[in-house]
Amino acid sequence: MTKPVQQLDRVIIRFAGDSGDGMQLTGDRFTQETASFGNDLSTLPNFPAEIRAPAGTLPGVSSFQLHFADHDILTPGDAPNVLVAMNPAALKANLGDLPRGADLIVNTDEFTKRNLAKVGYATSPLDDGSLNEYHVHALPITSMTVGALKDIAVSKKDAQRAKNMFALGLLSWLYQRPTDATVDFLSRKFAKQPDIMKANVAAFQAGWNYGETTEAFSVSYEVKPATLPPGHYRNITGNMAAAYGLIAASRLSGLPLFLGSYPITPASDILHELSKHKRFGVRTFQAEDEIAGVGAALGAAFGGALGVTTTSGPGMALKGETVGLAVAVELPLIVIDVQRAGPSTGLPTKTEQADLLQALYGRNGEAPVPVVAPQSPSDCFAAAIEAARIAVTYRTPVIMLSDGYLANGSEPWRIPEVSTLPAIDPEFADPADLGPDDSFQPFKRDPRTLARPWAVPGTAGLEHRIGGLEKADGSGNISYDAGNHDLMVRLRQAKIDGIARDIPPLSVDDPGGRAKVLVLGWGSTYGAITAAARRVRKAGGHVAQAHLRHLNPFPANIAEVLRSYDKVIVPEINLGQLALLLRGKYLIDVISYNRVRGLPFKAEELAGVIQDVIDSE
Amino acid sequence: MSETEISNAMPNGHGFISLTQLAERPSSPPQLPEDETQSAKDFKTDQEVRWCPGCGDYAILAAVQGFLPEMRIKRENIVFVSGIGCSSRFPYYMNTYGFHSIHGRAPAIATGLAASRPDLSVWVVTGDGDALSIGGNHLIHTLRRNVNLKILLFNNRIYGLTKGQYSPTSEIGKITKSTPMGSLDAPFNPISLAIGAEATFVARTLDSDRKHLQSVLRAATEHKGTAIVEIYQNCNIFNDGAFEPLKDAAVRDDITIRLEHGQPIIFGADGEKALRRSASGGFEVVPATSADIVVHDAHNPDPSQAFALSRLDSPTFEHTPIGIFRQVARPSYDELMREQMDDAIEREGAGDLTALLGSGDTWRID
Repeated sequence: MTKPVQQLDRVIIRFAGDSGDGMQLTGDRFTQETASFGNDLSTLPNFPAEIRAPAGTLPGVSSFQLHFADHDILTPGDAPNVLVAMNPAALKANLGDLPRGADLIVNTDEFTKRNLAKVGYATSPLDDGSLNEYHVHALPITSMTVGALKDIAVSKKDAQRAKNMFALGLLSWLYQRPTDATVDFLSRKFAKQPDIMKANVAAFQAGWNYGETTEAFSVSYEVKPATLPPGHYRNITGNMAAAYGLIAASRLSGLPLFLGSYPITPASDILHELSKHKRFGVRTFQAEDEIAGVGAALGAAFGGALGVTTTSGPGMALKGETVGLAVAVELPLIVIDVQRAGPSTGLPTKTEQADLLQALYGRNGEAPVPVVAPQSPSDCFAAAIEAARIAVTYRTPVIMLSDGYLANGSEPWRIPEVSTLPAIDPEFADPADLGPDDSFQPFKRDPRTLARPWAVPGTAGLEHRIGGLEKADGSGNISYDAGNHDLMVRLRQAKIDGIARDIPPLSVDDPGGRAKVLVLGWGSTYGAITAAARRVRKAGGHVAQAHLRHLNPFPANIAEVLRSYDKVIVPEINLGQLALLLRGKYLIDVISYNRVRGLPFKAEELAGVIQDVIDSE
Repeated sequence: MSETEISNAMPNGHGFISLTQLAERPSSPPQLPEDETQSAKDFKTDQEVRWCPGCGDYAILAAVQGFLPEMRIKRENIVFVSGIGCSSRFPYYMNTYGFHSIHGRAPAIATGLAASRPDLSVWVVTGDGDALSIGGNHLIHTLRRNVNLKILLFNNRIYGLTKGQYSPTSEIGKITKSTPMGSLDAPFNPISLAIGAEATFVARTLDSDRKHLQSVLRAATEHKGTAIVEIYQNCNIFNDGAFEPLKDAAVRDDITIRLEHGQPIIFGADGEKALRRSASGGFEVVPATSADIVVHDAHNPDPSQAFALSRLDSPTFEHTPIGIFRQVARPSYDELMREQMDDAIEREGAGDLTALLGSGDTWRID
């Protein structure tokens, strides 16, 4: 007998368990199944900084939220429709986010007296009626898994560990996901441990079959593929997209890629990914510290490489002096800051946008640096290419501000045709351009871009010296001249300001053109802000939306855009850093909305904020 | 899903610049054609040298400008990288490529350059404060990696550019502006430190002994990997005479141990003294006529003897070895990096961007 299939337009699932329960892997696999099925999706992994926090405790809970739909979506979703709780801690930590009537799938095997006591449950919530508002599916997932594996030669412990695959199988049935790719994945992952492979595949299939036969689930659901623009798609995280963007930029510029980096959460995956691609001429250097990482990247840039360093906030603080040197010597350098919650060590695995002012001003002296920010996980690809384009064209360090949410979150990505990507011309200095009596002028600027020549060692006739001491305009010789210093400070600033002519104007989305309120964001809040604007419009409100890719310089038309609206709301996951810049530069009293919880904004809360401002008009 | 536009998209069919020019450079610094020569003059810049009159740095600069032409490396393939301090002004006076960088960070910056450009002869000029204090971390890691760099450590046992504070090589009890009652820190012995950090080439020489200095520099130039050369350099303003016994004609021959690979370690004005291993594992000074005189073996993979030699150095200069302590062969960092890249290309073919972007689980929407 086949069970009825009910159609849904979107679903938000959260897998939650102990850090050792494999929830991130489970979420990843469900995401891959969902991606290849053709839904639009957005994910939010959320895990502790500790690798294995004490088992069964609240700090040890790891979760993975996935939002998928038959239409285009922008966020991982505000509140889950389904929570899979593998133990009491996972239930307790996540129940507050669960709306009434949501489905709750609970692994009852873990609801022992001891585990309940660990998180302060006096009575089991499964028995005391406290979950009456939810559709509770209480299942002995661990023992069903062990039972299903009784004929496979694995230890009891290994059998128990496969419970996440049982849960994945059940959810895969419940939402009618394609399963072949997961079976292939498990076969590859455990190719060297055939029994473990068999156990995981069997657990996965047992979960599916359980859904198919049990009376606990009377229907399954289907979310039809989304009608996304035609093309070739894959699912991608922000860190992987950034790594691919850097490799692409290397190809587009003909410059070999050199990454100098020191491991730091949540940026390390860019180092990991790039280190796999040596056949692209990529050199990855795991340095002794953050300073050496950026130093080596700058040294490589002096030699004509596309020099890159990747880090997070604490590492940015350490790199500041070298970024300042890159400003002084005017060499291309890409600095990717995958922001995390600060100050200091802060919350290493949680997201934040509080490094904006550090990126703009975190150096001694007048040291302007272009800053770009990706707006979604897949957009890290384009943002990395844009950072490289500006760095190479203008001979300047460029900071790209990603964050923990973009880095680990994922979404479908329409893979671009390589032939449509922008070429980046390094235009190395050529001794043939010198007249017979000319000496090379390493700080003679291009009149349009104000960029200086990039003359790489090995080029005869262009031998020159650079350094952190102030240089004479043109010749580049050391100069302590007062007027020259004033000129050089202004030239370096003018060069960066001039990039505004070379970036797209800020575009505003204002369907109907009747909005009096503008919501302006930057970076990873794009999804939540856009989803919020859609909600407001759906409810009849008028709101305009714009999002900044370039934080320095700002697009040339930004003041005009800001002045076109009665009110400008600036939501940020910091205490108002962009708002401070806008007020300071344009004397516009923007409304700053701030939450710093280590999590992305929820669309619903932003919709409320926007609606309140509209209502106050 | 978010759709983002990439600005400045090129029309279809745009031909990419291939990874050519830079990736296909020679694997070692190119030599001058046979019919060309370079002279010391070619290595001088038009910049006024701004060290204090009488500074030991002048002698080192002249020695470097004097010996480099013999090495016949194309001038454009030589790069001097420095940190901050008096010695770090060196690149401005060398008519090669040069990079005056940040206090302590020259080894890190030079590592990126040398690792990606095996066709360059990359030199780091640094001082005792720059290399051993603020930059100590970079120095030891550069040495253990065997990055293809020649590091000239100008050791004057004082901070010069900041006007006379004690340095990590100053003797204990040093009275300076920042230590009016005497410094408390035990100094580093740079040779011991380098050997402990797995350096493959470790030498010491003197600013005032041009012939010895140049002979050590020649050997350093030819070494593959990191060659660190400690140069005792006099700061005549803030620490004048720091190495006077080694320069004073009356005593220097009596106390200087000139290390020569393969030769018995004999010293003294009349060659009357020699070294023998002591029961404690170090050395003892014995008459040159004694049995069991140690033969210097800089090529010994075991660094124990070289380390023991480095410990002979003492604040009172009773016996100070100079020359090459250690010189062993180990692949340089850039070679190993290049090998991995070649290996990856051999196994999987050169990278294809279209294939990379379309790798993994993909699907098509028509």
